[in-house]
Amino acid sequence: MINTFQQMLSYPFLVNALVVGILVSLCASLLGVSMVLKRYSMIGDGLSHVGFAALAIAYAMNVAPLTVSIPVCVIAAFLLLRMNENSKLKGDAATALLCSGALAIGVMTISLTSGMNTDVCNYMFGSILSMNKADVKLSIILSIFVLILYVIFYNKIFAVTFDETFAKATGTRSNLYNMLIAFLTAITVVLGMRMMGTLLISSLIIFPALSSMRLCKHFRSVIICSAMFSVVGFVAGIYFSYMHSTPTGASIVIADLIMFILFNVIEKIKAR
Amino acid sequence: MNLIECQDVTFTYEGNIALSDLNFCVKRGDYLCVVGENGAGKSTLIKGILRLKNPSKGNILIGDGLKANQIGYLPQQTIAQRDFPASVYEVILSGRLNSLGILPFYKRADKEDVMKQLMLLGIENLKNRCYRELSGGQQQRVLLARALCASKELLVLDEPVTGLDPIMTGELYRLIAKINEEEKRTIIMVSHDIQGAIMYASHILHLGKTQLFFGKKEDYINSEVGMHFIGGREND
Repeated sequence: MINTFQQMLSYPFLVNALVVGILVSLCASLLGVSMVLKRYSMIGDGLSHVGFAALAIAYAMNVAPLTVSIPVCVIAAFLLLRMNENSKLKGDAATALLCSGALAIGVMTISLTSGMNTDVCNYMFGSILSMNKADVKLSIILSIFVLILYVIFYNKIFAVTFDETFAKATGTRSNLYNMLIAFLTAITVVLGMRMMGTLLISSLIIFPALSSMRLCKHFRSVIICSAMFSVVGFVAGIYFSYMHSTPTGASIVIADLIMFILFNVIEKIKAR
Repeated sequence: MNLIECQDVTFTYEGNIALSDLNFCVKRGDYLCVVGENGAGKSTLIKGILRLKNPSKGNILIGDGLKANQIGYLPQQTIAQRDFPASVYEVILSGRLNSLGILPFYKRADKEDVMKQLMLLGIENLKNRCYRELSGGQQQRVLLARALCASKELLVLDEPVTGLDPIMTGELYRLIAKINEEEKRTIIMVSHDIQGAIMYASHILHLGKTQLFFGKKEDYINSEVGMHFIGGREND
């Protein structure tokens, strides 16, 4: 197994994928805890579809995909949160609407311009081969930025996740921190999309959080376990994907799924 | 001087009047109980005091050195909180957030304050327990400790005994009375449990879309609206 890893590390694109993947998995797992607890699990899905539409349009216009999709996703994330607040349209309905609407726009754009090709397929299901050098650099910088912001605002994010009304009443600007969470999530989703694919990215956000919540009883340990599970799931997935030439995104999700089931069983046994 | 003073306050939701013509004040050390039927505007008033909702008319003045972000608040529990994986210590510490300002992390004084509140409420043995595994009464105590951490002066309690059994309810009321008397905290409590509420309160505010009564507890018991409300419950 160690030999295989050494062999993997001799390919520069795989090293890139590992570095970016681990960083993005960390971001996703940290934010995922807040998302799951705030009942926003579907937001990752919604944002990734918006990201897909943005990528399709970026391709059609021949501009760098990340520079278009990040701002578009951030705006979509703010809108989603707003819809949840002053809600004629309830949160889940708004997310579903955004999901299918954005996907349709993306598919239409593609079919009217280049037509369905492997590039599009890569974005749907993810591929580590799709990253060039500039992408890798940007991804590393942005994910480190997300991690630092998360650590700095950890206490505030906890307060807003646990009890928004209380935080607001005692003078914490919870809207601001909600926006921050949405902003960080949007960036993470766009970064993770290329590796995991539009259809699978939300699993990167929710699976590690759910697994660690089976096991841990303190918020801090939930966060730390979630980060660990996420990295383990990612490395296991990519290893399997390399060995058996399976799609990366799906392999990672399967690894996360196995972990989730495992911890569920452990919890059941412990409860007896 | 008054800690909280309402002058001709009216709240509206989308043009419909929810609560009108409030005129009352809360002084330091008071224990005000807000009573009324469901939909009488109790929660709206709480939101107004906490600055979560602005009155459409009139003013809510906060005075006597009290800052708007130093009001301790015990909200009604949300469903999301019941299965929240956090330790009691983490939950209570989050009450100190308003004294943090722009600093990212808690200081030693914050942690000491948490220990003080844990002792005061007699839950120091729960410190490292998981919040979601506690009983309803224990959870309320934890949230009360968090509210104490957030305030130096005023506590606002929104239906603190909802869902508790009679023994727990009695204990929580005694605890709140103790905080009022020994810690000299001013208390505004919303409750639909009139019997328990008037046992310890010093003042009563009775709402029914508008202000039906405000004054000392003794006067309320002898007033027409008070007799009707308390008596009505006894006949049930």
